[in-house]
Amino acid sequence: MSILNNIRIALRALKANKLRSSLTVLGIVIGVAAVVALLSIGKGATSGITSQVQGMGTNLVVISSSRFFRPGAEATSVSLLYSDYQAIVSEVKNIASSTPYFESNETVAASTRSSNYTIIGVTPSYEKVTLQTIDLGRFITSEDGLTLKRVAVIGSTVSSDLFQGLNPIGRTIKINNVDFEIVGVLTSKGTSGFMSGDSDVLIPLETGYSKIFGARARSNGKNVLSGISISAADANSVNSVVSESETVLRSQHNLGLKDTLPFSVSSQAQMLSSLSSITATMTALLGAIAGISLLVGGIGIMNITLVSVTERTREIGLRKAVGAPRKAILFQFLVETVTLSLIGGVLGIAFGSAIAGVVSFLGLITAVITWDVLILAFTFSALIGLFFGIYPAWQASKLSPIEALRYE
Amino acid sequence: MIEAREITKIYKLGDDEVHALDGVSLKINDGEMVAIMGPSGSGKSTLMAILGCLDTPTSGEYLVDDQPAAGLKENQLASLRAHKIGFVFQQFNLLPRTSALENVMLPLTYDGTKIKDRIARAEEALETVGLKDRMKHHPNQLSGGQQQRVAIARALVNDPALLLADEPTGNLDSKTGAEIMALFQELHTTKHQTVVYVTHDSFVARHTERIIHLMDGKVVRDEINKNPIKAGTPRPDDLLANGNGKNGAEVHQ
Ligand SMILES: Nc1ncnc2c1ncn2[C@@H]1O[C@H](COP(=O)(O)OP(=O)(O)OP(=O)(O)O)[C@@H](O)[C@H]1O
Ligand SMILES: [Mg+2]
Repeated sequence: MSILNNIRIALRALKANKLRSSLTVLGIVIGVAAVVALLSIGKGATSGITSQVQGMGTNLVVISSSRFFRPGAEATSVSLLYSDYQAIVSEVKNIASSTPYFESNETVAASTRSSNYTIIGVTPSYEKVTLQTIDLGRFITSEDGLTLKRVAVIGSTVSSDLFQGLNPIGRTIKINNVDFEIVGVLTSKGTSGFMSGDSDVLIPLETGYSKIFGARARSNGKNVLSGISISAADANSVNSVVSESETVLRSQHNLGLKDTLPFSVSSQAQMLSSLSSITATMTALLGAIAGISLLVGGIGIMNITLVSVTERTREIGLRKAVGAPRKAILFQFLVETVTLSLIGGVLGIAFGSAIAGVVSFLGLITAVITWDVLILAFTFSALIGLFFGIYPAWQASKLSPIEALRYE
Repeated sequence: MIEAREITKIYKLGDDEVHALDGVSLKINDGEMVAIMGPSGSGKSTLMAILGCLDTPTSGEYLVDDQPAAGLKENQLASLRAHKIGFVFQQFNLLPRTSALENVMLPLTYDGTKIKDRIARAEEALETVGLKDRMKHHPNQLSGGQQQRVAIARALVNDPALLLADEPTGNLDSKTGAEIMALFQELHTTKHQTVVYVTHDSFVARHTERIIHLMDGKVVRDEINKNPIKAGTPRPDDLLANGNGKNGAEVHQ
């Protein structure tokens, strides 16, 4: 009984039962594809967020009026002021550079197109602190701010959205119907979504206060900030910059040591650790969904095999009756299930990778496909396929040919 | 030579016991041609399955060439079925969604026949049962009689020393039935194969030299038929009128 012969028997049996074979493959494909896609997307999201936070700046300290990095904090009516920024710059030691900014979502129009983007009022040091580089043209200068120039530096996504590859330098866009001249385009940071500058429009902070942001950027006649990004002089001084900034903010807003600070002052390390708990939860959630899909796929396979077990038991009885030894029957079923698992696994990996690819292509999340995910998905589905394929065969092959032929 | 010694087969259905075979002893020599008759439920198929090493008796001994079948290992039994035995099932038992040719090739897959010889031999077997033009058909595309002939071809394809056929002509018209009887007689006379078949039809049974009558799981009569009918002989009218299986019961000792 040669191995080749057994393989031929198995392939013939698969061919004779195309519907059953393809349904089994489908079960494996669904399971594997779901696991590959979901885990890759989960991994991509995690590493994407991490690298984005790292790419935000060196020895970065972010003071923010938003509560994003302080989950559970109460809403506050206290605004972060431009004067807070001035106080911090003059009183906190070990600041390499810092940038105040105000951001809001506004409509941006260029000739026929219009869309909503994040408009950020910035100072020249924004470029250095947030690790932006200029691809075309120039960045915003202090003169732009002093003379309230209506100039803008746009992110690469904004540029391709509005100008489709045309050189945008010198062209005019309307932000809330106010004309701005584009003087520069930022280099893409490569990662899209969360905190990348690619879909931002940068304008001089002073111009923003006087022409765009209006009353939202004012509190009791004072200019308000969304946040302040600070680059500490070196890694060791990050913590002292954080605590000194907090002290300055408390005294600026007449808060005692016991009062909760209405702003978040956080270093990159703190942001990473709070983010990693979020991404860990997300990955676990996606993993659970993937696990359920595998289970569903597995149950699909089980169903198909159980439904066909009567017919297959008769087939086993007949094969034994015409002289098949038990070994040959087990081998036949082994080859059948391995073949189906292989086909299903490969298709599932291809299909799952394609889903991950589409998600990346759409710019939602850059999925990261790793070997461990592929191997996990593949072995699991192969094991399910093997078990549910072999077990009934193993049972049936123990019967006498007549018992097997009579099976109902 | 095959020999049954005091074979019983008891099926347990809950508290009930069905004695399908109740102490059957018989000896069939190599090259013999034997018919088994008996009313429905008398244990003919049960006996055939044991003779074909497809099932085991509850008690008693079955010997193939003086070797007790019970003493054979799984693999030896499989090899015996692959090389020595051809079996025609009462219910045909063809593989669905599989062509007649591939069904007939099935035994050759397990008896070591070279791949390139299999098709030729299966075609030859189908030709002998008159189905050369239906080789590509699946069982559900064949008539009952054609399915029966595929089952016969499958039993013949490995040139078995022992051919066991459970009502091989049950679904056939008298002309096709006569062709099958001719085929069996030829295997018996020219190839000296042992041929044992079950039938309800005493005319069909009389094509052999020996008729074993079963009743309620017992051999009730072992009859020598001095002048076997030659296949193709027209059926006498009296037998035609009475040839529906009642005959076996009537010869009760
Ligand atoms: N698997 C089984 N379980 C229980 N009883 C069975 C089983 N197989 C056969 N029997 C019983 O054994 C007896 C003999 O059955 P068998 O099939 O050998 O009859 P038969 O002589 O071939 O009849 P027929 O001419 O109708 O084919 C019957 O009474 C039947 O009900
Ligand atoms: Mg029967």
